Amino acid sequence: MNALSTMMLLPILGTLLLAVIPSDQVLRIKQAALATTLLVAISGVLTWFNFNAADTSFQFVQSVAWIPSFGINYAVGVDGLSLVLILMSVLLAPIVVLAGWKESEGGRWSAKVFYMLILVLETMMIGVFAATDVFLFYVIFEAMLIPVYFLIGGYGTGDRAAAAVKFLLYSLFGGLLMLASIIGLYVISGANGGHTFDINKLSELHNYMSPTTQNLLFLGFFIAFAIKAPLWPLHTWLPDAASSATPGTSVLLLGVLDKVGTFGMIRFCLTLFPDASKTFTPIIITLAVISIIYGAFLAIGATDIKRLIAYTSISHFGFITMGIFAMTTQGHSGATLYMFNHGFSTAALFIVAGWMAARRGSSTIADFGGLQRVTPVMAWSFFIAGMSSLALPGLSSFVSEFLVLVGTFTRYPVAAVIATFGIVLAALYILIPVQKALHGPTTPGNENLPDLNLREKIAIAPVMAIIIVLGFYPSPLLNVINPASAHVLEVQGFTDPTPAEGADK
Amino acid sequence: MNPYNYLYLAALLFTIGAVGVVVRRNAIVVFMCVELMLNAANLTLVTFSRINGTLDGQVVAFFTMVVAACEVVVGLAIIVTIYRSRRSASVDDASLLKR
Amino acid sequence: MTTSTSLAYLIALPLAGAVILLLAGRKADKWGHLLATALSASSFGVGIYQLTQMLAREPEERAFSQKLFSWISVGTFNVDAGLLLDQLSICFVLLITGVGTLIHIYSISYMSHDPDRRRFFAYLNLFIAAMLLLVLGDSYLNLYVGWEGVGLASYLLIGFWNQKPAYATASKKAFVMNRIGDMGLSFAIMIAFATLGTVSFSGVKEASETASTAALTGIGIMLLVAAAGKSAQFPLQAWLGDAMAGPTPVSALIHAATMVTAGVYLITRSNFIFDAAPTAQLLVVIVGAITLTFGALVGTAKDDIKKALAASTMSQIGYMILAAGLGPAGYAFAIMHLLTHGFFKAGMFLGAGSVMHGMNDQVNMRRYGALRKFMPITFATFGLGYLAIIGVPPFAGFYSKDAIIETAFNAGGLKGILLGSTALLGAAITAFYMTRVMVLTFTSPERWEEDQHPHESPFLMWLPMAVLAVGSVTTGYLFTRGDGLVHWLEPVFGEHGEHEEFLPAIVVSGMAITAVIIGVAIALIKYQFSDVDAEAPENVTEFTRIARRDLFQDSFNESIFMRPGQVLTRFFVKVDDSVVDGTVRLVGRTALSAGSELRKTQTGFARSYAALILIGAVVLIAAIWVVTQ
Repeated sequence: MNALSTMMLLPILGTLLLAVIPSDQVLRIKQAALATTLLVAISGVLTWFNFNAADTSFQFVQSVAWIPSFGINYAVGVDGLSLVLILMSVLLAPIVVLAGWKESEGGRWSAKVFYMLILVLETMMIGVFAATDVFLFYVIFEAMLIPVYFLIGGYGTGDRAAAAVKFLLYSLFGGLLMLASIIGLYVISGANGGHTFDINKLSELHNYMSPTTQNLLFLGFFIAFAIKAPLWPLHTWLPDAASSATPGTSVLLLGVLDKVGTFGMIRFCLTLFPDASKTFTPIIITLAVISIIYGAFLAIGATDIKRLIAYTSISHFGFITMGIFAMTTQGHSGATLYMFNHGFSTAALFIVAGWMAARRGSSTIADFGGLQRVTPVMAWSFFIAGMSSLALPGLSSFVSEFLVLVGTFTRYPVAAVIATFGIVLAALYILIPVQKALHGPTTPGNENLPDLNLREKIAIAPVMAIIIVLGFYPSPLLNVINPASAHVLEVQGFTDPTPAEGADK
Repeated sequence: MNPYNYLYLAALLFTIGAVGVVVRRNAIVVFMCVELMLNAANLTLVTFSRINGTLDGQVVAFFTMVVAACEVVVGLAIIVTIYRSRRSASVDDASLLKR
Repeated sequence: MTTSTSLAYLIALPLAGAVILLLAGRKADKWGHLLATALSASSFGVGIYQLTQMLAREPEERAFSQKLFSWISVGTFNVDAGLLLDQLSICFVLLITGVGTLIHIYSISYMSHDPDRRRFFAYLNLFIAAMLLLVLGDSYLNLYVGWEGVGLASYLLIGFWNQKPAYATASKKAFVMNRIGDMGLSFAIMIAFATLGTVSFSGVKEASETASTAALTGIGIMLLVAAAGKSAQFPLQAWLGDAMAGPTPVSALIHAATMVTAGVYLITRSNFIFDAAPTAQLLVVIVGAITLTFGALVGTAKDDIKKALAASTMSQIGYMILAAGLGPAGYAFAIMHLLTHGFFKAGMFLGAGSVMHGMNDQVNMRRYGALRKFMPITFATFGLGYLAIIGVPPFAGFYSKDAIIETAFNAGGLKGILLGSTALLGAAITAFYMTRVMVLTFTSPERWEEDQHPHESPFLMWLPMAVLAVGSVTTGYLFTRGDGLVHWLEPVFGEHGEHEEFLPAIVVSGMAITAVIIGVAIALIKYQFSDVDAEAPENVTEFTRIARRDLFQDSFNESIFMRPGQVLTRFFVKVDDSVVDGTVRLVGRTALSAGSELRKTQTGFARSYAALILIGAVVLIAAIWVVTQ
């Protein structure tokens, strides 16, 4: 059976398994959920090793007619770009389950529902990256909102209902625009060689579109993805959602769901509408640079640790978007690698911040103090994750951030220069919470916080390992990413700027 | 006889029914007016069936009759229940759905 | 270039130490410091072995390289994790591991009462590894890893006692200001890649021969920004004084001998860029000259012994940067001063630590005095370092500083005279404030606080001080004998032709010695032969007041960067809430209010609904009728 379909089927089977376990056997439910996600992770890694990086076409392809009268297929397949993101998603899932062992309790519904939602979400996370049929992608893109809506609204903290609704409405708005564009594509495809939703066939279609049509359809897709990603000024749902959701949900939200936005920019915006992409590049690069600086300033000004992390992500997504639209191999590969690395460094930050908040009963930074001496392991985990977030060389984010900057500099030097100021701001937005929460004297209320237990250590260790190892040895990922991003640029008709070596003299 | 006359009759019946629904307060009368409208529609369907020489209209008319019968069952039950609890069959009294 | 397989061990040994100590946790408390010291020492051993390998070869074939693996490879951007050991980096390797090991030994005793000694040694080993990577990396990007790695170690060590909020702030300040410098390095690498297509030292060197001056000037200026950040040079100097919050061995190793000199390494390593970019070179000289004066002036007013030494470090690195900016003639002298400075400044910092150790962690020199009697070894070693730094022949500092002053004069024209005089003036001020430190601490009458029982430090502490003192005495002579160091470094910096001498060497030396004598004399009169207040006097000259406040460096940074930054942050937070999110909320509120308005049509009367439906149907039919007519 097809590897991707198997990976998508496994969590569904896990959901069914959970359904038959009585609700009061919470431990059994958790174990079953963890086992399922681990199984998916293993099959993800196996798929990774069976992937042929040199081949730039889709692999592990499967296509089954779904709604034949509209030419809609269940069609899946991966290239380097989507494989990297699938691997990230399936690796994050067991970590989220293990790290958030207790966060399913005390929600509006039972723990059973929580894990069923998580598993359903996992299937969709794989499917959204694997879909090669635009309609299938759209359906999963929208359907993903449902479990996340219930995860935020049912198990979150604070003003969770409002945050969930805000998230849902924002995303639905974007999805609607995308639907309009998809229908537009469908209509145009009908006039030019038969109705289809196949991404490969649709990518030829731009030759038959007028510039205006292409621009409009591009915008439909792009706005949907810019909301997901999120790009300034469409970002305000993220801090609310991320700070209200449980830490595990936030990790999936920031780490995986938001990546659908940047993934979609490459897969759909660039591939389907190359000319429109070029038209809008200056505007998008500007928005990305604004996101970088703006997100960083908001993070500096944040008083809540979870909101702070959400704002840093806005800054990071600015980097990713900038790398994508820089249209250089370094920018592209860097952006893809950035998506992977951001998944793990933000996951680490959010997981640890969640533990801190759960222990202290508050996520206000000012409530913490001197944790380094009370809970050294937890403090170190936060610190390393923070260092990765500020792109310290030797940790994974540095490689990707620097590639994005270098790749952007060769084509848009001004944007790259402004964005580089973001690294100074990054130092501030990480070191300020580090100083307030981890350093200084131990403030009242923090003296007796327990350090990480074994389960938590096991959950965070692989994330730390990935952050450090990929900092020094990113080649395994880059080897898979490079052919894919080179292929996208080739389709776009871009070549890297050649160095102006010896221009005069 | 010119089949169009049936259409005029149906339109007349429908109008009487519609006006009745709007102006009368008694739920039973309103209900009867609704039935009148349904049967006006039925008459139209059958007439068109006759005009076009197909059976489609008559088939739909049977559907309408079945639906009307079901409606009567449910509707009368509701009216009787309301009358029991409020001692009135005026539709204006049953305005609790308003917030 | 010869390949070698053992370079990685230089870095791997201390790195392993850091990892083991941090992961093992409290279990390693008993033996952690010993392991760390042993690993640092074995790294030094590997360094010595490499030196012997180099000495056995012809000068042109002494460079070793080792390619570990391909680090980043995307399109034409290819960076290997590669190491390069040549005549320049071996100097640093031996300085880092040698002085580093001595400071490890010193810290065993100095930190013995600290419950977190293991963590301290883990950080020290991390620093050694990062610093070695900095000087061994074969490309700018590899150097960058070490560059930020030492920044991280420095941050951790400055904030080692971060339970004190001021120390935590100091560490953050150091990291952020260093990051501004790092940004310069990022820019330099980006420009190099965009214009030259490569970021490796050898590649850039090759490409720089044909590249445009504009590109090289851009790279050079950005490298200078990087160097200024790391080496506490004007205008990014403000963090160094606060960095003295770290334990004293840290100040000796990181903020005196090694890390802060990384900027000098960067500039001398990039000699091929600066040689071809006169504008950048001129800026280097200016920055060096400003900083050497700046540091010296600040040093005259500091009462905190560590801050006085920190100001002096800043000033001495100013000399090195100045020399490095003087082109082929100056590179070797910059390195020579760097090495001799590594010995005498580390020795003096350790001496300061020894004094603090004996004086209950008192750092105020106005509360010292007459310690010569109680701490004879510390006095002797500190004194030798003192003689070296002020440049008394035949101590080490004399040779290196004299060479720099001479080269400065030889730069020619007005520039030469200006630079030479600045360097001379700096030497005089150095002599003044170092004599002041010496007198206040050791030879003036005692002004102790109550309950002070000064005592000599234990063997493990004074041994490293003694070794460094020997270095302060001998290295200058050793390096200059037969122009040894200059010839050693020639394969890296290239030979430089004979310069026209502005003044005969002997005259310059005479002037330098005169300047030193004047400085020492003034200090003796002011502090040895007159009474010193135990409290810092308030009725001082305007100049002293300004110097005490570090020439307003913090006020400047606060008013130009910090406050506006805070205002900007508040502004953005407000904008995000009221404008961006406000728009979103407005949409939501509009929908809600529209809903509640429309809801009024829902009266609850079934007949009005029926009437509405009827009207709707009639209107619809009418509309269809009208349209189809």
